[in-house]
Amino acid sequence: MDMLKKLSHSSLALPLAALALLLLFNALFVDDFFKIEVMENGNLYGRPIDILYRASSLIILALGMTFVIATGGVDISVGAVCAISAASCCVMLGGDISGIPEHPFVLAILCGIGAGVLAGIWNGTLVAKFKIQAMVATLILLTAGRGIAQLLTDGQIITVYYKPFSYIGGNIPGIPLPTALLIALCMVSLVIWLDRKTSLGLMIQSVGINQTASKYAGINVTLVLFCVYIFSGFCAGTAGLIEGSFIRAADANNCGLNMEMDAILAVTLGGTLMIGGKYYIGGTIIGAITIQTLTTTMYAVGVSSDRLPAVKAVVILLIIVIQSEKFKQMYRNYRLKQGSSAAKEAEHA
Amino acid sequence: MRNFISNLVASRFFQFYVTLVLFVILFGLGSVMFEGFFSPQVFLNLFIDNAPLIIVTVGITFTILSGFGGIDLSVGAVVALTCMSLAYLMRDTSLHPVVCMLLVLLIGLAVGTLNGFLITFFRLQPFIVTLGTMFLCRGLTAMISRDSVPIDNAFYGDLAFWSLPIGDCFLSLGALVAITVVIVASIVLKYTAFGRGVYAVGGNEQSARLMGLKADGIRWGAYIISGFCSALGGITYSWIMLSGYTQHGLGMEMDAIASSVIGGTQLLGGVAFIPGTLLGVMIQGTILTIISFQGTLSAWWTKIVVGILLCMFIVLQAMVNEHKNKLMNLKAESTKSKPKAKA
Repeated sequence: MDMLKKLSHSSLALPLAALALLLLFNALFVDDFFKIEVMENGNLYGRPIDILYRASSLIILALGMTFVIATGGVDISVGAVCAISAASCCVMLGGDISGIPEHPFVLAILCGIGAGVLAGIWNGTLVAKFKIQAMVATLILLTAGRGIAQLLTDGQIITVYYKPFSYIGGNIPGIPLPTALLIALCMVSLVIWLDRKTSLGLMIQSVGINQTASKYAGINVTLVLFCVYIFSGFCAGTAGLIEGSFIRAADANNCGLNMEMDAILAVTLGGTLMIGGKYYIGGTIIGAITIQTLTTTMYAVGVSSDRLPAVKAVVILLIIVIQSEKFKQMYRNYRLKQGSSAAKEAEHA
Repeated sequence: MRNFISNLVASRFFQFYVTLVLFVILFGLGSVMFEGFFSPQVFLNLFIDNAPLIIVTVGITFTILSGFGGIDLSVGAVVALTCMSLAYLMRDTSLHPVVCMLLVLLIGLAVGTLNGFLITFFRLQPFIVTLGTMFLCRGLTAMISRDSVPIDNAFYGDLAFWSLPIGDCFLSLGALVAITVVIVASIVLKYTAFGRGVYAVGGNEQSARLMGLKADGIRWGAYIISGFCSALGGITYSWIMLSGYTQHGLGMEMDAIASSVIGGTQLLGGVAFIPGTLLGVMIQGTILTIISFQGTLSAWWTKIVVGILLCMFIVLQAMVNEHKNKLMNLKAESTKSKPKAKA
């Protein structure tokens, strides 16, 4: 009971409750939701795996976004950066139909991730060095990013026939779990290690709460901000590779479209406030999985992909209202009122 | 001379001047490069083609101006929703088009009211709230119809093709509406208590509250105006497209924010100038026109050029602010040191 009370007061309570509610709905109304099968080639198959698999690029993006939001900023360029990263990787591999890559695979992957990091450096320079408001600074890449990606691919959709490229978004032969999920797991453990074992997490929080005070406390605010945006760019680059590999092509217009919105939602669902300060890595991951579960559930009950946003929006608006201070205060007042009226009744008796 | 430049940079309209000069340069560049570019009709076409964006940008400027991280991401989705509702109402009901338009404007007001309520009452982040309503409106649009619905009402078609002849040239009804909106918004912001209140709340909410302004009410009003402008923009958009479709107005919110910033609006709130905003939209329009005159360049160059312009203006804003702070400090020092010198 004590544990339960502690859990209900912790920041993870709300995202976990939302996820649990969704899973309960699925268990009741969707047949065989939790069934996991082993396919002939040894790959695992089933809705839970599918959710985690589809959520992995969102998780990766949201991890980078968590740190950015924790410093009080926001990076709305990640979706466009995904497109740039996928485009540069595909351009390096080339669209040769025989499946022979123009450049080595490793070089192409490095190029994709490098594009993300470069974008991160650009954002970081604007925010940390020139002290430009984060949303404005990243707005530049958001507007120009897809243009740059189209410039790289010359306006075409480059389809890559090179086999190993599809392994990133699919399965490496012989490994039962999707590669994207493994990459996401690696990133999560990297972030948790950074958070627990280094003082970086503490610095990020302190920068998010009060930049001036952190500066006087001896924290290199510029460097922290810079690193945070580079990491976000790195995450976007990685997610871009996965997204590109899903469709085995560089689609500059649609790759990672609206992903920045989903990533920000995942972070806020996880309990991290947009004003910066305290952040919750666990919450972010659960938030991302919740969003994907919601999407999969809606598909399972037959809501089409273009009507899905309406359902998503209602859920999101409800959750952020419940999270707000005002609502909590109203709830407390209501409880107090109930308590006092109960006491009065007891007196009467 | 130096003093003159310093004062010019610190002036409230510096951003506007820069935008104006840039617009003239871009338009001049087009006129020099292409035959037939320098004509009144090409200039008027900027209004005709960009009427929805102008109206929407005016609305979004109000929300940005009201501070507290103000922004309205739902505008593009509201444009889609109004187009679709118009098409649906005219196809499946026998309502007069004018009644339909009035009904559709109510949708915009409702979305604006919802945004404002969630933001001011629960003190939620405008970015997240309007992101939510953006998804909501896109989803609702798809719920009405997933396919493109054409508008074939005769009266409505006449409205869409109606034009006002000016000499040899003409202006469409949408462009006239857009110009009216720009004029009304400029007057409201400059000469009414509400307009001055928006500036005050955006500049410094604490002081505005202490002065006795109802900050929440004013901010709420800004979001309602933005909702209304989006619906109006949606109507002019439907005059151009004559259909309703879920993908209408996709990404319009970002175009509107970019135009607003190029026009001198500061995303921190409290600084904006509506004629500048208009110029911001027209600069984007000019770039598109140049690209279409050139013929071989692709449309994505617009995105890149707008991105570069955005970057320039943002860095410029940062520099101007720094310069202003410096001037303020200088003034403060000189007023401090004067009494000492007398003593």
